[in-house]
Parts: sequence; structure tokens; C-alpha cells
Amino acid sequence: MPAVAGVAAGWLAFCLLVWAYGASPRDMAVLLAEGTWGTTYGAGQVLFKATPLLFTGLAVDLALRAGLFNIGAEGQLAVASLAAGVVGSRLPASTPFVIALPVTVAAAMAAGASWAAVPALLKGRLGAHEVISTIMMNRIAEGLVGLLVASGLGLTGTVRTPDVVPGARMPRLDAVFPAFRGSAASFAIVLAVIATALVMIAHQRSRFGRELGLIGLNPRAMAAEKVPVKRRLEQALIASGALAGAASLGTVLGYKGYFEEGLGAGAGFGGVAVALLGRGRFWGLVLAALLFGTLQQGGLALNAHVPKELMDVLQGVVICAVALADARLRDVVTSAVVRPIAKPATGAGGAGVT
Amino acid sequence: MSALDVIFSGTMLAQTVRMTVPYACASLGGVLSERSGVINIALEGILLSSALAAVAVQNATGSALSGLLAGVACGALVGLAHALLVVRGRVDAIVSGLAINLVAAGGTRFVLRALYGSSSNSPSVRNVEIAESWGLFARTVLDPFVLLTLAAAGLFAWGLRRTRFGLRLRACGEDPSAAQAVGVDVGLTRVLAVTIGGAICGLGGTALAFELHQFQAGMTGGRGFIALAAVIVAGWRPWPAVLACLAFAALDALQIVLQNQTRVPSQLFAVLPFVATLLALAAVSRRTSGRARAPAGIGKNPV
Repeated sequence: MPAVAGVAAGWLAFCLLVWAYGASPRDMAVLLAEGTWGTTYGAGQVLFKATPLLFTGLAVDLALRAGLFNIGAEGQLAVASLAAGVVGSRLPASTPFVIALPVTVAAAMAAGASWAAVPALLKGRLGAHEVISTIMMNRIAEGLVGLLVASGLGLTGTVRTPDVVPGARMPRLDAVFPAFRGSAASFAIVLAVIATALVMIAHQRSRFGRELGLIGLNPRAMAAEKVPVKRRLEQALIASGALAGAASLGTVLGYKGYFEEGLGAGAGFGGVAVALLGRGRFWGLVLAALLFGTLQQGGLALNAHVPKELMDVLQGVVICAVALADARLRDVVTSAVVRPIAKPATGAGGAGVT
Repeated sequence: MSALDVIFSGTMLAQTVRMTVPYACASLGGVLSERSGVINIALEGILLSSALAAVAVQNATGSALSGLLAGVACGALVGLAHALLVVRGRVDAIVSGLAINLVAAGGTRFVLRALYGSSSNSPSVRNVEIAESWGLFARTVLDPFVLLTLAAAGLFAWGLRRTRFGLRLRACGEDPSAAQAVGVDVGLTRVLAVTIGGAICGLGGTALAFELHQFQAGMTGGRGFIALAAVIVAGWRPWPAVLACLAFAALDALQIVLQNQTRVPSQLFAVLPFVATLLALAAVSRRTSGRARAPAGIGKNPV
């Protein structure tokens, strides 16, 4: 139900804004559909846009299970992308695929994890609210990445790193499926889906995953069970940062083949939207990533007629609508189950009434 | 002139005071909202949207006063939207704030292109006129935005402590269930608090746009978030929040001077305010008792 409400509200906002801008909603919708799922190239571009979103969505979702908002996926991805670009280009040119790719991805994930470790430790050890500290870390990442690229890690006079070695590149989809020719989609999307499936299984089957979910539901009960709640929260945020860093598979290794300033920007915030819409389910996350990927690609297809920023507005509207519908649903459930117990009907006099 | 001369000059001080206004207004809005129990990370989006509203109306009517009123009204409206989503819609305040920030970031660019055909900045507008002959000190102290900010801080500090509405507002933030039990309309009080907070935050956005004489896409640059951190550092109290903002603004002004005066890469100084915010946040986060603590009922709904 919430997903339907989200899509409906997004559609309504789309029509309203396009109309207010003076264009025809129907024409624009047709253009949007043609520019995304209408051609195999467009579909490939949607997959390409959805790849980092699925990784960051998975990352935000993991932290959300424990009740933490990781708004810092943006900065974690920026630092991780730089690490991927630097490590991937410093490897010997003849490094085989089976070594180069895992090493590069591991470096990216480690960088993302370490960037998330700062707010994680501030949260666990000092109790600093993770929302503000991750936002600050985003800004610091932006400055730091720019500084490092400008002073030594990048090619002189540019804002990009050298090319990564061929072995660290993620193969493009069009190498196997010629229909996607020209689009930037790579096999990173397959990895993203596999990673999502694995993490979802881990949430259900592993001890760590179960504990995280239960901490999100009731931290005090878990503390009473002698689960180290604070340490689990730290670990959740760090793991979330590592997953966000893996999104560089789609951008640095799958698309450009090098890191340049601003590559993958926006995927971190998009991940928050994906996680909120995906609601912790495998298909939810995959479909949400595809939806927002479609919106991003569709925004580019419309940009000549309507500003592509329209899609950012839609993203916000969809988040709001989903959250609203979700709260409605919860209210209905709560009032049916909890209210009669928590709050005796007026007039039900005396103690002992349950 | 060396960097040190610039830092300790009167111009620099005046600059710092003027730069404090957007931070201080946003954090006063944050104080009001959070003391009533509603987490407000929408401050960034409120600053941004009200800056655009002020510039657009000022540009259309040619009157700075109507621009200011539009900025304040826009801030109040966005604040109201946040309040309704959180209070009536029972949406998580962080989710609502994030969504509002997203809509504001995209929406301002959208409107910018719709109105002026540019996705980066608006045509320039004039600031509120002050006679040049008044001297730097008088111009800084008598700047209408500075005066309004100080007045708002005074009003909020007094109102929170001494008025009936202030007491109810604090009660809603400390224990919404108890407030409801004694007959306070928690929802209404919170909606009012967040809306008034949005209005004052809108004043900050207006000041920011008028200071730069135009609207630029993304011009708030994280000021709303720093202001929110200032609220926490200041222990959710109006005057300390203004002081904390003064400190952050001084750092911001310093950062600009250092970027211009030294050969160190500019990015290093650009992150200075954010590093300082993070450190300040870390330093105060352990504090859980005394007068400078978070409202106990923040983010809670009355049962």
C-alpha cells in the first residue's frame, strides 16, 4: 500500500509541476518512457543509474534496521571512489582480473567503512547523533577528496585519477548483450543484486543480522539480553559505510574507469530514498533502485523541455508519501491492538481494568 | 595587508556579525522546534527556499520589505509542512526533514530555471539600504537583520521561560504524555512552535540572499545543519545558540580570509567549519544532565 501511495503521489507531483512549467504532462510522460524503458539503450542507462543506488540503498537499509540513519553514504562513497581510483590505477598493469578487481573493491569498501567509522565511534562512545555527524562527514569528504585529487593523487591539472588497470574494470553489459550497446551499464548491477540478496539472507540467518534487527526494535531488551548494543550500532554503521563504498563498482570501475571529482554524487542521498521506499525487502530495494534510476535517467531525457531537477522534487514527494502511508498503516494497526490496553476507555473506572 | 591584519580588522568583525545572522536565525528556529519535541533537520531546506522566495518577490516588486516578508512567510510555510507531516501525519521527523531538504534543493533549481532561465543563480537584487555615511560600526549594529535576530533571540529566551505558551511548549518537549494529560493540545503547540521556528529561519534565509545580493543554487552550503549542531552545542537554549553561531560564523569568515590570503589549497579551509562542528558535537555529546540537555520527550508522541 505505501509503495502505491508513493508512486501515485509522485505521478501527481510530476503532472502538476510539468503543467506549471508550461509543458504537457502527457507528452513529457511519453518522452520519459521512451527515454528510459523505450529503447534497450535507455534501459541500459536505467540499470547503470540504478547500480550505485542499489548499493547505497542496501547500505542505508542495513543501518536503518538497527535504528540508525546513515545520511553519510554520500561522503562514504566519495572517499571510496577515490580509493578505488587510486588503488586501481597503482596496481601493475598486468594484474589479472581475479586479483585486481577484488583488491580494488576491497580498498573502496575499506575506505567507505573507515569514513563511516568516525560517526560510528562518535555515536557508540560519545552518543553524538549520527545524522548530524554523518552530514558533517559528507562535507568534509567533499573538501578532502577535492584536496587530495588536486594535490598529488590525481593527474596534474585535472580533477581525475589515472585510468585503473584493465583487470580492475568491471565488464560492460554490452560485451555479452549487444542490445545494450552504448549504455554505461556494467555487470556491477548483477553484483549489486547478488549483494542485496546475500545481505537480506544474512539479516535473517546470521546472528549479527538478527541482533541488528532486534536492536532496531527494542534496544533495551537486547541490552538486557547482554547483547553489546553500542558495539553493534558501531559495527552496523561501519558495515553500512563499506556497502556504500561498494557502489563505486558501478561508477568508477564499471563506467569511467577512473575517478573524477563529483563522480557518483547524489547516489548517497538517493540511497536514503531507496532504503525508505524499499522497506527492508529484497524486491523492495531492487524495485526502488530501478524506480529512482528511471527517474534520474528520465530527468536527463526531459531536460531539454523541463528542468531535470524536477526529479529531485519527485524523490522528496515519494519519500513523504510513502512515510505518510506507512504511518497511517501503523496507526490502524496500533489502534486495533495497542490502544485498548495502553489507554482504558473513558469511564472505565478504577484500577484493574485491562 | 597580511592575513593577521585582515583577521583583526573592523571589516572582518562586521563581516562576522553579518554572517552570523543566517546561522543564528536557523538555530533559533531549531531551538523552538526541538524544545517542543520536534527534531528539525529541515532547517537547511527552509533557509534555501526562503532565500529564493525573498529574492523572487524582491525582484518582482522591487521592494526589499516585501521580499523580507515573502522570505519569512515561505519559511513559516515550509516549517508548517514539516510540522504537519510530523505531528498530524506521524512521519518520522528525520524522514520528513530529509524529504523537505530534497524538495527544497531540487525545487529551488526548478523554480530558478522556470523564472530566470538559469539553474545556477538569479538576477541581482539590492539589499536593504543603509546610509554609507553612518560608519561601519553603526551600519553593522543597526543592520535590520542583526536587530531582528537579536530581538528574536531575546523574545524567545523570555517567552520560553516566562510565558504560558513557552511553558506549554517546553512541557510538550519534555513529556508530551503528561502535557496532554493536563489538557495541553500537544499537536497544536508543536505545529505553532515549528511554524514560528520556520518563520525565523526564513528570516535567516532572506538575510543570506540579501547579503549576497542574489540567489545561488545550493547557496546555504550546509548552514542549516551547522545551525542544528549549534542548537545541540548550546544545550537547546536561545542565547547560547546565538553565541555558538557567532563562533561558527567567525570560523566561516576566517576560512574565507585564509583562502584568499594564503597559498594553502582552499579546500583545506573550506572544511574547517564542518570539522569544528563535528568536534564541538563530539565534545558536548556526553552531557546528559544539568540545564544544557536535550528535551526528554524529543521525537516522542503522546500516548
